[in-house]
Amino acid sequence: MMEMLQPLLEFGQQLFGSAWLPVWTLVKIMAIVLPVMGSVAYLTLAERKVIGYMQIRIGPNRVGPFGLLQPIADGVKLLLKEIIIPTGSSKFLFVLAPIMALAPALAAWAVIPFGDGVVLADLNAGLLYLLAMTSLGVYGVIIAGWASNSKYAFIGAVRSAAQIVSYEIAMGFALVCVLMVSQSMNLGDIVHGQQGEQGILNWYLLPLFPMFLVYLIAGVAETNRAPFDMAEGESEIVAGFHVEYSGMTFALFFLAEYANMILIAFLTAIMFMGGWLNPFHGWPLLGVATDWIPSFVWLLGKVSFILLLFLWFRATFPRYRYDQLMRLGWKVFIPITIIWVVVIAVWMQTSLWVW
Amino acid sequence: MEIIKNFFKTFLLFELVKGMALTGRYFFARKITVQFPEEKTPQSFRFRGLHAQRRYANGEERCIGCKLCEAVCPALAIKIEVAEREDGTRRTTQYDIDLTKCIFCGFCEESCPVDAIVETRVFEYHGEKRGDLYYTKPMLLAVGDKYEQQIAKDRLTDSKYR
Repeated sequence: MMEMLQPLLEFGQQLFGSAWLPVWTLVKIMAIVLPVMGSVAYLTLAERKVIGYMQIRIGPNRVGPFGLLQPIADGVKLLLKEIIIPTGSSKFLFVLAPIMALAPALAAWAVIPFGDGVVLADLNAGLLYLLAMTSLGVYGVIIAGWASNSKYAFIGAVRSAAQIVSYEIAMGFALVCVLMVSQSMNLGDIVHGQQGEQGILNWYLLPLFPMFLVYLIAGVAETNRAPFDMAEGESEIVAGFHVEYSGMTFALFFLAEYANMILIAFLTAIMFMGGWLNPFHGWPLLGVATDWIPSFVWLLGKVSFILLLFLWFRATFPRYRYDQLMRLGWKVFIPITIIWVVVIAVWMQTSLWVW
Repeated sequence: MEIIKNFFKTFLLFELVKGMALTGRYFFARKITVQFPEEKTPQSFRFRGLHAQRRYANGEERCIGCKLCEAVCPALAIKIEVAEREDGTRRTTQYDIDLTKCIFCGFCEESCPVDAIVETRVFEYHGEKRGDLYYTKPMLLAVGDKYEQQIAKDRLTDSKYR
């Protein structure tokens, strides 16, 4: 792939001279951000469709064939709406909050490898960077709740902050297990560590299965999705932290939530499900039959499956009560993860460790 | 023993998987959505929609201005004024129904001794301005003239059960 781009790179070098590096980086950033935005738009449609189907409805189907233009109609509607800034609000922070929510959600994409070596920033501390970026998202929610000067927004923000901080710990410990097993914080190396001749059996999914579940559930909680959407809780606190937002400022929160969802799905696929690797690689017959499929397709397939799980959860489970949510985070997940860290540490020292 | 069993059931997400299996089955179930403008659900002959005032076959309006409907209307949506006509009969000079107040309970129809005020099957109507849904006597009579056949047929079907 890099060979094909070589003429383009040389041409750009001649055209821009020393300014070529930032320009080329900008092009690469656009090549990531635009598809992410597109998938966010169509994830909203997929969500409405999937949840509709699970409730024996058919979901949006009026705008374009099968409702395929619905996200565009929604986007235009939100763009044209007035942005209302409440009188008692802190205006600067009120406008800043949606940006604070969206920026980390997009920045985290820099270290995601979309294939072997296809990554914007090949950081050696990629995992740490991701932890930092996903945690920063909570500032957007807190600032939004505080700047709105509304009790519902404030309650939503406080709930969300406590929830994200609690689940961050369980998530962090789950990542520690991945770290120990792969001996690397570079996401590309983590995927390489899952490469092998047994295909799916080489993935970290097997030894780290409890961590996979914890990570997935904590991921749902991190992104404030149902059944952990206490921050929104429309039956209790109207719409939570974004109750005062309208138009494009509201759309940014929406974008951030869905961008985070896709990010968590990518991370789960990369850390536990072998990223871009073929699950049947090295298997008799099936391995040969599927090895020609491009690696990116495998990655997208895994990500889509996890995203489907997100939507499936939302269609199935009722919202947690707040104290139960805290109990699950502190009394169940954190002990499980700590125990599994020890189990993995001991396991890795024995001859039974084959990963 | 029961406690241990329950613990493992919860801990191994058994119940959650069961719930997801249920919604997963419904994902492939036949959808029951009615595509409204193209498809419509069957309507009862007792359907209570837009109001209408009826006439006799000779073209004479039925309403005698007894004001029973005005009295029975729980939403106070009906306003009636009565006067004597040249031929000496009692007739309404004003018969207004405010459809924005009306709750479509059908009491006016039940109370009417001459079957003058009825509720038709029409429910796809709208108003574009304030006041468009304030129906006056000529408007109600026009609705009645337009749908008389359907109205008469529905009353006949219903008469068997009265």
